[in-house]
Amino acid sequence: MPRLSAAQRHTIRFTLNGQPVQGEAEPRLLLTDFLRHVLGATGTHVGCEHGVCGACTVQIDGSPARACLTLAVQVEGSDIRTVEALAPAPGRLSILQEAFRRHHALQCGFCTAGILMSLDAFLRAQPDADEAALRDLLSGHLCRCTGYAPIIAAALDAAARLRETAHA
Amino acid sequence: MKPPKFDYVSAETLDEALATLRAEGEGARIIAGGQSLLPMLNMRLARPAVLVDIMRIAALAETTKQNGTLRIGAGVRQATLQAHPNLHPLLAAALPWVGHAQTRSRGTLCGSVAHADPSAEIPLVLLALQGDILLRSARRTRRVAAADFFIGMMQTARQEDELIEAICLPQPRPGEGYAFREVGRRHGDFAIVACAAVAHEAGVRLAIGGVADHPAARDLPADSAHWPEALDAFAHALPARDDLHATAEYRRQLVRKLGHQVMQEAAACRA
Amino acid sequence: MDSPGDKWVGQSLPRFEDAALLTGRGRYFDDCGAPPGTLHAAILRSPHGHALIEAIDTAAARALPGVAAVLTGEDIRTSTTSLVVGVKAPMECWPIAVERVRYVGEPVVLVVATDRYVAEDALDLIEVRYTPLPAVTDPVVALTPEAPVLHDGLKGNLASERRFRYGDPEAAFASAAHRIAIDVTYPRSACTPIECYGVLADYDPGEDSYDVFANFQGPFSIHAVIARALRVPGNRLRLRTPPDSGGSFGVKQGVFPYIVLMAAAARACGRPVKWVEDRLEHLAASSVATNRVTRLEAAVTADGIITALDWDQLEDCGAHLRAPEPATLYRMHGNMTGAYAVRNVAIRNRVVLTNKAPTGLNRGFGGPQVYFALERLVQRIALTLGLDPLDVIRRNLVPTSAMPYRTASGALLDSGDYATAMETALREGRHDELLRRRDAARAEGRPYGIGYTAVVEPSVSNMGYITAVLTPAERKRAGPKNGAQATATIQCDAVGSVSVHVASVPQGQGHRTVLAQVVADELGLRPQDIRVVTDIDTAKDAWSIASGNYASRFAPAVAGVARIAAQQLRTRLQRIAAPLLNVPPDDVVLAHGKLHARGNADNALPFARVASSPHWAPGTLPAEDSAPLRETAWWTPPELTAPTEADEVNSSLCHGFIFDFCGVEVDRVTGQVRVDRYVTMHDCGTVLHPGMVAGQVTGGFAHALGAALYEAHSYAPDGSFQTGTFADYLVPTVMEVPAPLILHHESPSPFTPLGAKGVGEGNCMSTPVCIANAVADALGLHDVSLPLLPATLARHLHGAEPGAPAVAPPQGERTLRGEGEARVAAPREKVWAMLLDPEALMAIIPGAHAIQRTSPTAYRAEVTLGIGPVKGRYRVTLSLADLDEPSALTLSGSAAGALGFGQGRGQVTLREADGSTVIAYHYEAAVGGKVASIAGRLLDGATRVIIGQFFAALARQAAPRQPWWQRLLHRLGLHA
Repeated sequence: MPRLSAAQRHTIRFTLNGQPVQGEAEPRLLLTDFLRHVLGATGTHVGCEHGVCGACTVQIDGSPARACLTLAVQVEGSDIRTVEALAPAPGRLSILQEAFRRHHALQCGFCTAGILMSLDAFLRAQPDADEAALRDLLSGHLCRCTGYAPIIAAALDAAARLRETAHA
Repeated sequence: MKPPKFDYVSAETLDEALATLRAEGEGARIIAGGQSLLPMLNMRLARPAVLVDIMRIAALAETTKQNGTLRIGAGVRQATLQAHPNLHPLLAAALPWVGHAQTRSRGTLCGSVAHADPSAEIPLVLLALQGDILLRSARRTRRVAAADFFIGMMQTARQEDELIEAICLPQPRPGEGYAFREVGRRHGDFAIVACAAVAHEAGVRLAIGGVADHPAARDLPADSAHWPEALDAFAHALPARDDLHATAEYRRQLVRKLGHQVMQEAAACRA
Repeated sequence: MDSPGDKWVGQSLPRFEDAALLTGRGRYFDDCGAPPGTLHAAILRSPHGHALIEAIDTAAARALPGVAAVLTGEDIRTSTTSLVVGVKAPMECWPIAVERVRYVGEPVVLVVATDRYVAEDALDLIEVRYTPLPAVTDPVVALTPEAPVLHDGLKGNLASERRFRYGDPEAAFASAAHRIAIDVTYPRSACTPIECYGVLADYDPGEDSYDVFANFQGPFSIHAVIARALRVPGNRLRLRTPPDSGGSFGVKQGVFPYIVLMAAAARACGRPVKWVEDRLEHLAASSVATNRVTRLEAAVTADGIITALDWDQLEDCGAHLRAPEPATLYRMHGNMTGAYAVRNVAIRNRVVLTNKAPTGLNRGFGGPQVYFALERLVQRIALTLGLDPLDVIRRNLVPTSAMPYRTASGALLDSGDYATAMETALREGRHDELLRRRDAARAEGRPYGIGYTAVVEPSVSNMGYITAVLTPAERKRAGPKNGAQATATIQCDAVGSVSVHVASVPQGQGHRTVLAQVVADELGLRPQDIRVVTDIDTAKDAWSIASGNYASRFAPAVAGVARIAAQQLRTRLQRIAAPLLNVPPDDVVLAHGKLHARGNADNALPFARVASSPHWAPGTLPAEDSAPLRETAWWTPPELTAPTEADEVNSSLCHGFIFDFCGVEVDRVTGQVRVDRYVTMHDCGTVLHPGMVAGQVTGGFAHALGAALYEAHSYAPDGSFQTGTFADYLVPTVMEVPAPLILHHESPSPFTPLGAKGVGEGNCMSTPVCIANAVADALGLHDVSLPLLPATLARHLHGAEPGAPAVAPPQGERTLRGEGEARVAAPREKVWAMLLDPEALMAIIPGAHAIQRTSPTAYRAEVTLGIGPVKGRYRVTLSLADLDEPSALTLSGSAAGALGFGQGRGQVTLREADGSTVIAYHYEAAVGGKVASIAGRLLDGATRVIIGQFFAALARQAAPRQPWWQRLLHRLGLHA
C-alpha cells in the first residue's frame, strides 16, 4: 500500500451496515468523526475520545470495538455495524432494543448505542451468557443515568428471549 | 482532542514495515491494535511522523507452538488469543484483566509488551513465565529475555528501528501451578498491584506489576514459612510510588498480603 | 395501551423517547448539523493553577491555513461585559482569562478554524509566556493572611460571609447536657454527563442579535446573564436547545460562559462558530460541585434529642464566583435541620475562592455537603451517648402531626410521615436480618458495618433563596425575588390533535412521556395521541427565569402546570361542546377520545371535531371561545415567598423524605468497600411514573456511590489538576454499583397540582454519608473523608507498615525527589568541562535542538523530551550554581511546552574512582500542566526516566567509546 500523506485526504471504503460506503479522510481522522461527520451516521456517539466510556462502541468485523480508538484508514475494507443496523425494520425494534425499552434501561440514551453494539455482538457469540459474563462485558461502558440495574435486567431478558427465538 | 497529523503506511509485508522503520527512525511508530497509541494520539501526547500499520501482514497474525513454546505474532489480538484452545493457564487468568472486551477485540499482546506500561498484565505474565521477545529490524533478528526487555516506565530494550515480531511463552510444565490476582480501583482499571505466581517443585516465582516502573520478579523458596520475610524484602526492594489512587505503602502491603495469597494459590494448583 | 384503567398517570408506560434513542435517531447537539460555512473552535487552556499572562504569541497560529481567528481574553473583553457576580464584591468573571489565569483549564486563547483538527493544530502553535504565581487550593489555607489573593479587588479570598441566628441557640447550648461536634470536609465531584458541552453561535450585525444553539439546561435566569454579557437586550439573544440531551445532572448549566465566548467569536469572525467540548476540557473546566469544610456542633439532651445546631460552613467555589453561585451554599438554607425538629440554629456561611475550577449546579446541589456533616453528627451523637443511632434519629424526626412544618430557618415542609416511612423501611428492608448478618461477619473477623441516614430532599427552588446571601438591607435595595414560575402550552390543531410544549429541557428523564400521560388524563385521550415538545426556543416559546431542568422541578412544577393548562383547555372544550350536547358545561365528560354528556355516553362528539372547530367555524362559537384552542398556563406557588427580614427562607416548595440504611464489608486485604445491601425509602409524594422514579433513584444512587467511593476532582497543592481523564476520574461501572432496594411511602404534597415532589437528587444527598457511616461502623473510624480510598482504609486495617521508611512524603505532594549515580570512564575535569560547554551540553540534553548560552552559567534550549511514544517540545532553561570545580555544582532548570511544565534542581557531585568519575546526583523536581492532568500515573516514572536520560547521555558523551555504560547507566540511573 502506498504511503498516505498526512496533508491529504484519501478515499476510504468499507461496508457500513451491509452497504458499501466511501468517503475522504486524512490519515488522522478518527472513525467516530468519519462515521458521524463524513458519512452522517450520527447514532454512534462520542463520550471521551480516550477509550474509557464506551459510548462510541461499534462492531468491527463482528467484534465490539471503540471507534474513538480507531482511525478511519485502519478499517479500509472492513465490515462495520452501528446502532442504525439493529432494528429489523423502520418503526420496529429488535428483541434487544425492545428489552431496553421495557426495562427503562436508558434515560438520556447517549451511552446506549455503544452498549447495544457490545451486547448485540456478545449475545450472538455467547447466547448462554450469565449475569457475571454480562457484567464483565458491560464494565466497558459508562452510563451516568440508569445506575446500570435496568441495563442488566434488559440484557438478561433479551438473552432469554433470544434463546427462545433461536429454539423456536 | 484530535490526533496531530501523521503519514500512514499499511505495510503488506514485514520487509516493508522494517524498511519504513529504518528510514524514519524515531519518527515512525508501529500501530497494531492501537489501543494504547490512539489515546496518546488523541491527547497529542504522541506525535509520530508516520504510523506503520502491521495488521495486514499475514505472517504476523499467527500463533504457533514449537519446541515447548507458544509463539504469538505481533498481529495477534488479545481477544483472538483468549479464544485459543489450550492457552497457558497463567495467560488465560490474566487476559480478562487486560482492558475491557471492547479493547481486547483490537489490542494485541505484542502491542501491550511494546508499550510497557508498568501496570500492564501481559508484560507481567511474560516476566513470570520467563518468556522472550523476538525483535526484528532490517539489520538483524534478536531474542531478548523478558527480564532484560522491560527497563523502565514505558522503556524497553527495543531499538528505534526494531519491531516486536513475536513473543514466546514456555508451555505449561508438569508440576507447575499458576495464579494471577490484581487490585485496581475499579474493574478494568490500571493495576495498583498485579501479582503473577508460578509454583514449581523448587520454589515459587512471583512477578509484581504496578509497583515499580516496570514489572519485577523474584524466585522465592518453596517453604511458605519463609515467604513473609522474603515478601517483605521484595516489597522494600521495589521502588514503589505514591499516586492519586494508592500510596507506596499500600502497594508494598499488597505485595506482602496479596503476594502471599497468590503464591498460596499457585502452590495449591500444583498439588 | 388502549384501556386507561383509572388514569394514565401512575403507570409505567414505555417511553415515547426510546424508539429514536434506541435506533440511533436521537437528536443530540452534535447530531443536528450546522449551517454551511460554520467554523469550529478549540480552546487553549491554562496549564497553571495561578499565573500572570505575560505574552501570547499567536502569529504562527494565525498563519496556519484554515485558521479564521485567534482570540485572546483581550479580544473577547472588547465585545463583551464581565459575567455578573452574585455577591456584592469588587470582582469580575470573564469566560476567558484576562491578564492572569486562576485555575488549570481556564480558557486562554480561542482558535476558530475550518475544522476541529485544524483548530487544535493551531493551538499547538500558540506560545503563551506565564509568570507562575503561588497557588492556593485548600479553602482553609486560602483564608490565611499569607495566602495568595486571587482577585485584587478583594482584600483576601473571602467573597462572602453571613451569619444567621434562629431561635435561641446560645441559650440551648448553655443549658445542654452535651455539646457534640464534628469537623468534616466534603470533596469535589461532578456527575460528568456522557455528552459534553456543545455551542453553535451566530451573530447578525444588521440586527445586532445573537442566535445560539446549545445544550444548556437552565435555569433560564442565566439567559439574562448571557444577554448582559453580550451587551444586548434579551430579545436579541435567541437561545435554542436540541431535542435530546446526553445527560446533565445540573452540569450543563455551566455551558453558559462558553455561549458568551462562542457568540463573541461568531461576531468576531462574521460566521457561525461551533464548539464541542471534549472530555479533557470537561473534566478540567466544565462545572463541578463545591467542596466544603464544615464544623457542626449540636446541643444534645442526655437521651439524644438535639436542641440546637451551630453550623460553620466554608464553601469553596473555585477561582470565580460564577452565576448562580454561591447558590450551592444557600439551596439548603431552609433545610439546615434536615429531617429533624430543631428550633435553635446558628449558621455562619463563608464563601472562599481558590485556584480550582469554578463550581456550579450538580445533582444534589448543596445537599450532599450538608447531610454529610449532619448525618455523621447523628452517628457521633449515638456513639458518644451510647445510644442506638436509630433511636437518635427517631427521637429527633419532625413529627407527622406537625405537618406542614415550618423549620427554624424558614422552610415549610409540605407533608410526610417520617416515622412511619422509617419503620416501614426497617421492616421491609429486613433490618433485623442485616444486624445478624453483621454479627456473623464480625464473628468471622470480617469488617462489616451498618450506616443510616434520614434526610429531606428539597425540590422546586425558590428563585429568591440565593438572595439570602445578601443582607436584608441589600435585598431591600435590590428588590424582592421569589417564586418559581412554571409554564405549559397546549394547543389543538386543525384536525384536533393535541400538542404540548413546556420549557423543561429534559436531559433524559422522559418528560415527554409523563406529560403525555398527564394531559391524556385530563382530555380523555391516549398518551400516544399527544405530541410533546420539550426543547426550547426563547424567541418563540413561553418561558421564565425558573424554566429549565434543575432543582427536581419537573414532576412537582412542570407536570403540574401541564395539568393546569390541560384543565383550562378542557374547560373551553366543555363550553364549546355543551350547547351541542344540550348539557351544562360541567356535565360534559372527556373520555375515550370523545366528549359526551355525563350519564349518557351515546350523546357524544368526537374530540377532534370539537377541538378543531375554532379553526374551521369560529363564527358558530361564542366570541370568547372563537379563538383556536391554545392555552398557556403559568403557575408559581404562593408558598415560595421572598426571604424575610429575619432571614427566614422557604428555599424550596416540596420536601421529600428519604430514610436509607446499608450494610458494607471492607476487604481485609485490599481495603476495598463492598456495599452488601442498600435500602432506600422514599416519600416523593404522588408517583407519576414508577419506572422513571425507580430510574431516578438508581441513577442518583450510582452517582452517590461514585462520590462515596471513587470520584473526586483532585488538585495538588501547587494547583495542578490531577484527574483529567476517565482513567483517573473514576466513574463507577456496572461492576461497582449494586442495585438498591427501593421502597416508597407516598405523602402527596398539598402544594403541587399533582401531589408530586422531586425525587432525582435525594440519593445524592443521603447515600454518600450512609455509606460513610457504615464504613465508620465497620472499622470503628472516628473521622471519615470521601472518597473512601482503599489505601486509607487498608492502613487502618493493616496498622503501620513493618520497616516503613521513616518519613512518608505528604499525600498530594507533587515534588518528585530522587537520586542516582553514574560511573564514567573519563577524568573529572573532562566531565566538568562538558557541563560548562554549550556544545557538549547540546549533545547531553536528550533531544536538544538549539542551545544558547545566556550567561557564563546559564543556557536556554529547545528540547524534545519524552518517553516511549510520548514526546513533546519544550523551552528549557538551565543554570549552574554553587560551582566547586571540579567536584560539585547545582543544576537548576525549568521546562515549558504544550504538554506541561517542570522545574527542578539537582546537586551533582563528581568523584574520582580508579581513573573514572562517579557522577552522583540527587534532585527535586516539580511537574505540572497537561501531562500532570492526564497522565499523572506515569508522571513520576517518566520524569525519572528523563532525568536518568540526561545523566546517561552525559556519561555517553564523556566516554563515547564505551557503549556498555549505557546499559549500566540505565540500570543505575533509573533507580532513582
